[in-house]
Amino acid sequence: MRFDPSSRVCLAANDLLDTARNPRIWLLLAWNDVRQRYRRSLLGPFWLTLSTGVMVGALGLVYAAIFKVDVAKYVPYLATGLVMWGFLATLANEGCQSFIAGEGIIKQLRLPLSLHVARVLWRNVIILGHNLIIVLVVLLWFGSYPGLSGLLLFILGLSVVLINATWLCLLLGLVCARFRDVPLIVSNLVQLFFFLTPILWDRSLMPGRQRVIDWNPAFHFVEVVRAPLLGDMPSTTTWLFIGITTVMGWTILFALFVRYRRRIAYWL
Amino acid sequence: MDSFIALDDVSVDFPIYNASGRSLKNQLMHAATGGRISTASGRVVVQALRNVSMRVEHGDRVGIVGHNGAGKTTLLRVLAGVYEPTSGRISVSGKVTALFDIGLGMDPDATGYENIVLRGSLLGMSRKEIQKIANEIGTFTELGEYLAMPMRTYSSGMGLRLAFAISTSVRPDILLLDEYFGVGDERFVEKAQKRLDELVESAGILVFASHSKELIRRLCNRIVIMESGNIVAIE
Repeated sequence: MRFDPSSRVCLAANDLLDTARNPRIWLLLAWNDVRQRYRRSLLGPFWLTLSTGVMVGALGLVYAAIFKVDVAKYVPYLATGLVMWGFLATLANEGCQSFIAGEGIIKQLRLPLSLHVARVLWRNVIILGHNLIIVLVVLLWFGSYPGLSGLLLFILGLSVVLINATWLCLLLGLVCARFRDVPLIVSNLVQLFFFLTPILWDRSLMPGRQRVIDWNPAFHFVEVVRAPLLGDMPSTTTWLFIGITTVMGWTILFALFVRYRRRIAYWL
Repeated sequence: MDSFIALDDVSVDFPIYNASGRSLKNQLMHAATGGRISTASGRVVVQALRNVSMRVEHGDRVGIVGHNGAGKTTLLRVLAGVYEPTSGRISVSGKVTALFDIGLGMDPDATGYENIVLRGSLLGMSRKEIQKIANEIGTFTELGEYLAMPMRTYSSGMGLRLAFAISTSVRPDILLLDEYFGVGDERFVEKAQKRLDELVESAGILVFASHSKELIRRLCNRIVIMESGNIVAIE
């Protein structure tokens, strides 16, 4: 172990690489987080599946009637959108807490800091896995199979979402460790975006204001996973938007991480 | 290769962001103990370590003494690699284990075995090593079948014993201790003492911060005296 003020870029890069190379600890912590939340309950993490199922069922029936659309079209759309939204929204909120919640470990053990973000990410991937059961059931029920190419596109979309979620959570974790108001701002923004993003409603219902949707990052990250599952192809705009976001996000994050990584322990 | 620690002109500055401005700063300035506090560009900065240089060789047993706030814990955290210094250089060779809080990472809702895995992994043990120590821990703690039960069902003494047993299973090159930890019930004390002494003996380097002169004298061959973030004497 050496610290030389001149090797900040290496230390930051190594932090990320170490986390990627040694997944054992964060996998273990993430699984324990999920288990801890549902210990002593009969259904365990399948409560997530159940509550998402009930939510999709209830909202599906009500909103299909309100929007006067076909249930067979609306419910799969709602289920995929809602599950992806839940994943992204929880990540944004919990990402803020990744370093704050890891304070005990950070102040005592020299482990890569990005490990704490990996833990949050993996915990939510596990939860997403449980919720995807509902998506699967809904798709089978309404007989809309995405097909093999759809599934491959879905996996690609999900990977792209995860790559972006990683920089976002690192960035939020870093900023929130320093400015403790930010988690509150983020949770308010998340709530706002739920209504601005086409999840309950389809973008065709808002013909006049398409630009609001095209500039909404949340829409693209939901869409890149939702569209393949519904047998569509995400639009070029979505791919372009996500491509640019990936490059810009990682650039900004890495610059900040190089500069402030070692201060995180001091801020906690 | 022999383990060593080398600190060269290491300083650690803490920014205090939630200090309520000057009044708190003034209060702290008048405090008799603690690091030097200065305001750089309007924010409060605590200098927890100031230009600390030292070299610790294999076989050294270093005791750190000083008042509360003299920088003992900060120095240990720097050695643990947790705080990267604001300025100066460090190089450390050897596997470092810091035992500041022996229960770190343990989950009261998890079973004893699960906690051995959790705590052991955080201490850097591989899956194999953990399997190897699990049985031995069962015998040592006398928890036996309790290990299959959630830790919240344990008495506080039992929980402490488990945390102690796992944490003392490590065999690092460099061991950092912030105060010696005692382990609850009387009958157990002697056994625990022996185990802890074994751990300390097996380590290539011990760095041990304490208020107890007697313990320092018993365990250490070098004493570092700290005051306001400085090393004022090395004996």
